[in-house]
Amino acid sequence: MTDEELVTKVLAIIAEVQRKKPEEVKIDSTFEELGIDSMDGVNIIFSLESEFNISVPDEEVKTIKSIKDMVAGVRRLTCLA
Amino acid sequence: MPRVVITGTGVISALGANRVAFETSLREGHPGIARLTNPACQELRFQNAAEVQGFNPEDHFALKEADMMDRFSQFAVVAAREAVIQSGIQWNDELRENAAIITGSCVGGKNTEDRGFHDVYKLGKPRVHPMTIPMTMVNAGASAISVDLGITGPVFTISTACASSAHAIGQAFAMIRSGQCDMAVTGGSEAPLSFGILKAWEAMRVVAPEICRPFSRSRTGMILGEGAAMFVIESLDHALARGANPIAEIVGFGMSSDARHITQPSAEGAAKAITRALKDAGIDADQVGYVNAHGTGTSVNDVTETRALHLAFGDYARRLAVSSTKAMHGHTLGAAGAMEAAATVIALTTGILPPTINYDEPDPDCDLDYIPNIAREARMEYAISNSFAFGGLNAVLAFRAFA
Repeated sequence: MTDEELVTKVLAIIAEVQRKKPEEVKIDSTFEELGIDSMDGVNIIFSLESEFNISVPDEEVKTIKSIKDMVAGVRRLTCLA
Repeated sequence: MPRVVITGTGVISALGANRVAFETSLREGHPGIARLTNPACQELRFQNAAEVQGFNPEDHFALKEADMMDRFSQFAVVAAREAVIQSGIQWNDELRENAAIITGSCVGGKNTEDRGFHDVYKLGKPRVHPMTIPMTMVNAGASAISVDLGITGPVFTISTACASSAHAIGQAFAMIRSGQCDMAVTGGSEAPLSFGILKAWEAMRVVAPEICRPFSRSRTGMILGEGAAMFVIESLDHALARGANPIAEIVGFGMSSDARHITQPSAEGAAKAITRALKDAGIDADQVGYVNAHGTGTSVNDVTETRALHLAFGDYARRLAVSSTKAMHGHTLGAAGAMEAAATVIALTTGILPPTINYDEPDPDCDLDYIPNIAREARMEYAISNSFAFGGLNAVLAFRAFA
């Protein structure tokens, strides 16, 4: 998977969980714009974990504050995997 | 309206097999948190829970009887029996007909259900145990108490997640006040430490990896627990007429719904339930000396509850003694309201307020007096117990020392 594909996939998953159209979710969208609260964040990370076959520790989840953080986290964890 | 008093309390918890053990641990600030005994749990992100240790069903039930009851029902009966013994009731047909049983449980017999589902889903077995349905249902605990004590009045179970047993006690309180029954066995029980349920809690990312530190800045979440707490409650006249010794009085109950979010709590909703409980009790905020907080130890609950206490108590909030006993007995979900009501009543009757243990670092957003780490002596007339459930459902009980 190229990095571009990875980013597209992460954004698509976020859109799916938030029930948004794919084009509504951008890499620099804020959680506020997408209506992502803390439980939504947990739901998105669950989908990312399942889709990319990764595992995100609880402490790390607390540091995720943006879509960019999510993409960066997936990028890092898939490289390690 | 008749006054309603508590004449018996029973508790089985991670702090011990009975009320005395519970009281001693609370006073000493001694937690019942240990590694989960189920070996399947080693793969979880958290390893600890507040389990009832060394519980042998055969110590309490004939084996055939025990086979028909999930662990949560067994806990319910054990706690109810202890409460009944303390109340000194001498049962007769009239008493049995005019007594109610109202229990709270959030998840019911999950250990039984888990076993059955494991058999069919994972092991591919063609069948589950035939008693899976009646052992799993959330009213199984209330029904088991009814069978055990022979009570034939109104018997039912309330399920409102982590406020279940506070709502149950509130309902029993209302029924005695209204004259629908003379007495009630009421409280809650839960045995939610099945692998499937623990996986579901793990997924929510609200469980602490090791210990629970309510209201501390360093808190990392809740510790799940199990057990039961039951009370015998009755009208004051009824208690005095049969020569019983009232332990404490239930003076008020307040409920509200946040009407906002399935998991995110609202300070306004919680404050409303507190205010309604005080109004129901006919007391002013500054008459309350102690609050047993919902205090789960999650980042969100503890901040929201602190805000709610500020809203409900105003300037007086800063002089209020507040503690969360969940760091000791764990979050027992549907049993939590009753277990913490028991802790509140013990605080009133003994004059020793249980501490918030594991408190190590103040949080600027949690700025009240949480009785950190060491129990405190204080005599007071009124105390309240907060229960705030997922689903935004709030229930607050107000108690008065019986003098």
